[in-house]
Amino acid sequence: MRMAQIVCASLVTGLAVMPAAASAQSAQDVQALRQEIDQLRKDIDKLNQEYAARLAALEAKLAVAPPPAEQPAPPPAAAAPPVAPAEAAAQPSIANSTQAITAGSKVFNPDMAVIGDFLGAAGTNPVQPDPFSLGGEHPNALQMHESEASFQAVVDPYARADFFISFGEQGVDLEEGFVTFTSLPGGLLTRVGKMRAAFGKVNSLHNHVLPWADRPLVTYNLVGGEDGIDDAGISVARLIPNPWLFLEATGQVFRGDSGGEGSPLFTTTRRSELSYVGHVRGYQDITEDANVDLGFSYSYGHNGIIDPAREGSLVTQLYGIDGTFRWRPLQRSIYRSFLGRTEWIWSRRDQTSELGGLQVANGGYVSGDYQFARRWFAGARLDRSGHPDNASVTDTGASLLLTYWPSEFSQVRAQYRHTNYGVGATANELLFQFQFSIGAHGAHPF
Amino acid sequence: MKTRFLNLAIALAALSSPAFAQGKLNVIATTEDLAAIGREVGGDHITIESIAKGYQDPHFVEAKPSFILKLQKADVLIVVGRELEIGWLPPLIQQSRNGKIQVGAPGYFDASLHASILELPTGQITRAMGDVHPQGNPHYWLDPENGKRIARDIADKFSALRPNDKAYFDQRLADFSGRLDAAEKRWLEAMAPYKGTKIVTYHRSFPNFAERFGLEIVGYVEPRPGIPPSPQHTLDLINEMKRDNIKLVLVEPYFDMKTPNAIGRETGAQVLVMPPSVDAGKGMDYIKLFDYDINLLIDAIKKTK
Repeated sequence: MRMAQIVCASLVTGLAVMPAAASAQSAQDVQALRQEIDQLRKDIDKLNQEYAARLAALEAKLAVAPPPAEQPAPPPAAAAPPVAPAEAAAQPSIANSTQAITAGSKVFNPDMAVIGDFLGAAGTNPVQPDPFSLGGEHPNALQMHESEASFQAVVDPYARADFFISFGEQGVDLEEGFVTFTSLPGGLLTRVGKMRAAFGKVNSLHNHVLPWADRPLVTYNLVGGEDGIDDAGISVARLIPNPWLFLEATGQVFRGDSGGEGSPLFTTTRRSELSYVGHVRGYQDITEDANVDLGFSYSYGHNGIIDPAREGSLVTQLYGIDGTFRWRPLQRSIYRSFLGRTEWIWSRRDQTSELGGLQVANGGYVSGDYQFARRWFAGARLDRSGHPDNASVTDTGASLLLTYWPSEFSQVRAQYRHTNYGVGATANELLFQFQFSIGAHGAHPF
Repeated sequence: MKTRFLNLAIALAALSSPAFAQGKLNVIATTEDLAAIGREVGGDHITIESIAKGYQDPHFVEAKPSFILKLQKADVLIVVGRELEIGWLPPLIQQSRNGKIQVGAPGYFDASLHASILELPTGQITRAMGDVHPQGNPHYWLDPENGKRIARDIADKFSALRPNDKAYFDQRLADFSGRLDAAEKRWLEAMAPYKGTKIVTYHRSFPNFAERFGLEIVGYVEPRPGIPPSPQHTLDLINEMKRDNIKLVLVEPYFDMKTPNAIGRETGAQVLVMPPSVDAGKGMDYIKLFDYDINLLIDAIKKTK
C-alpha cells in the first residue's frame, strides 16, 4: 500500500513538473521546429526541381528516338520485348546492375588470406628435439609449421569479426576467432571469442609478425609456449584520457586453459576457475621518427595441481613489464628502421609441498632489429629464463638473425641460436624460415 | 532537480542532433593533400589535421597509437581510398572507438568516389604484377579536375554534418574552384609547349598529373609497383631511355636516389625530386603544389633542350 502511494506521488510530481519544464523550453523548441520545417521545405523544393530536370531530359531523349512502331516486328522466337534505341542505350547499365546483383553475394565475403610458415633447423639440441616446441620429442628438422588462414569482415554497423585458423601438418587449431564491438558507449573496445591475451607484447603477436623464427625462451618456459595465453573469453579495453600520452587499460577474463605442449600454464578443473589478464599500455611519440611503448601486465589462473588440503586447484600468477623503442625516419621509412624491445616476466606458481612448494621464477629477453636496406633486417636477441616448476634451474640463450624480404608478401630468415640449458646441456642451432602470404593485403604490424 | 535533469536531457538531445551541433567540425584526413583541400573548403569553421606527412610514402604509414587519439575525437575522416591506406588505416579505425568514422558511417568519407581514376585493372590481376591496386591508381589527387571534384564532395559532406554552415562552405568552395580554374588555365598554358614530353617516374604516382598536363610516361624505375629496382630492369630502362632520347626522371621524395642518379649519369637525363603531395610544413597548399611541380618540370625540360 505504502509502495503504491509512493509510486503515485512520484508519478504525479513528475507529471506536474514536466509541463513546467516544457514551457521553459517551448519557445526554443518552436524555433527549432520552425527551422527544421524550413529546411525540409527547401529540400523538397530541391528534389522537385531535380526530378523536373530529369523528366525533361528523359522526354527529350524519347522525342529523339524513333517510335517503336517503325521497328520491324520481332521474330516470334525472340522472347525479349521490342527494345527502343533509347532503351537499348540504357541496356548496358541494366546489364551492369544485374552483374552487380550477382556479384553481390561475393561482395560480402570476408577478406581472406593464407600465410605459410615453413621452418627448418640444423645442429643439435639434446634437451629440445623439436626446435620450436618444448614438448615435442620428434626432431622435426623440416616442417610446414603453420598455415594460417584469416577471415576478416565487418559484421554490422556495430561490430567486426576476425578469424585466424591455424593448420599444422597434423591438426587444426582456432588460433583466434572473435567479434570486436567498435563503437560501444564509454569508449570500451570489447572483444568476445577466443583470442591471444594482452599479456606483454609477444604473447599478443602471431608468429608471422615476430622478428624471429622462434619465440623467446621466457615464452616457452613461463608463458605457455608458442600458443601462450590464448583462450576463450571476453576482453574490454578503454583509453584513459589524460593530456600527456596514449594510455590504454585492458581487462580480460578467460575460461582458464592456456599453454601448449610441454609448456603448460593454466588448467581449469571447475567452472569457477577462470583466468584473468590485466594490461596497461602507455605510448608516447618522442619525435615524429621515434617513440616509446611501455606496458605492465598481470595474469592469474589455476594450474591444475590439486592440493588435497585445499579446495580446487592451485594458482599461478604472472607479472610482466615490457618496453619498446622504435625509430623510423618518416621520409626514409621504407629503407631504415630500428626496433628495440625487452620484456621481463615473474612467475609465482603454487605447488604442493611434494612438488617443492611455491616456485618464484623469472625470465626475459632483450632484442634489437635494424633495417639496413629496403629488404634487409639484422637482429639479435638475448634470453634468460627460469623454470616455473623449479626456480633453481635457469636457461640462457642468444640469437643472431638476418631477414630478407623479396616483397611485402614473402620473407626469408636465418637465425643462429645458442642455448645453455640449466640442466647442463648446450645447443647450437641454425634455424631458418620461409614465410609467404596470399590473398587480402593485411595491415602492417606496429 | 527534475527540471534541471530535463533541461540537461533536452540539451544533450539538441547537441547530439547534427542540425543543432555547435562547435567546429573536427576533421582528420589521411594525407596532407586531402587536408589541404578540406582546409580550403572548411576555412575556420573546421579544424583539420592529416595523419601522413607529405614527404612520407603514403603506402607505408605506421599505425601509431597517437593517431588513435586523433581519430577518437574526429567527426569526419577523409580517406584517399582505392586501398592506398590498406596497410595501416583499418587497425587505427578499429581501435579509435569512434562510431562516427567507422567504414560506412556518415563521418567516413572516401574522396575517390567521384574522381576520375586511372589504371583500373582489366582482366585477371595477381601479385606477380607487384603491389597492384585492384581499384585503380590511388594517386588521383594530382589532377586539378579531381581536386575540384574532391572539394565539391567535401563541401557536401561538411554541409550534411553542419547544415547551418552550408552557405559558408558553398561560398568557400566556389572561391577555391574559381582560383583553381584560373591556376589550371595558367598551368596548361605553361605546359602546352612541352606536350608529349616523355618521362620516366620512380613509382606509378603521376599518371593523373601526366594525363592532365600532356606528359607521356614511358617507364618506371621500379620494375613493378612496390618492388625495388633490379639491375636488369635498370639496364633495360637506361637502354630504352637512350634509344627514345628520354631526358626526365621524376622521383618521389621518399625514394632512394641511388638508382635514379645512376640512370641520370648514364643517360644524361635530369633527375627531379618531385613531390606528389602537399608539404604543409613548407607552406604548401593544394594550388602551390602544382605551382611548384610545374615550375620544377619546365625548368628541367628547358635544361634538356
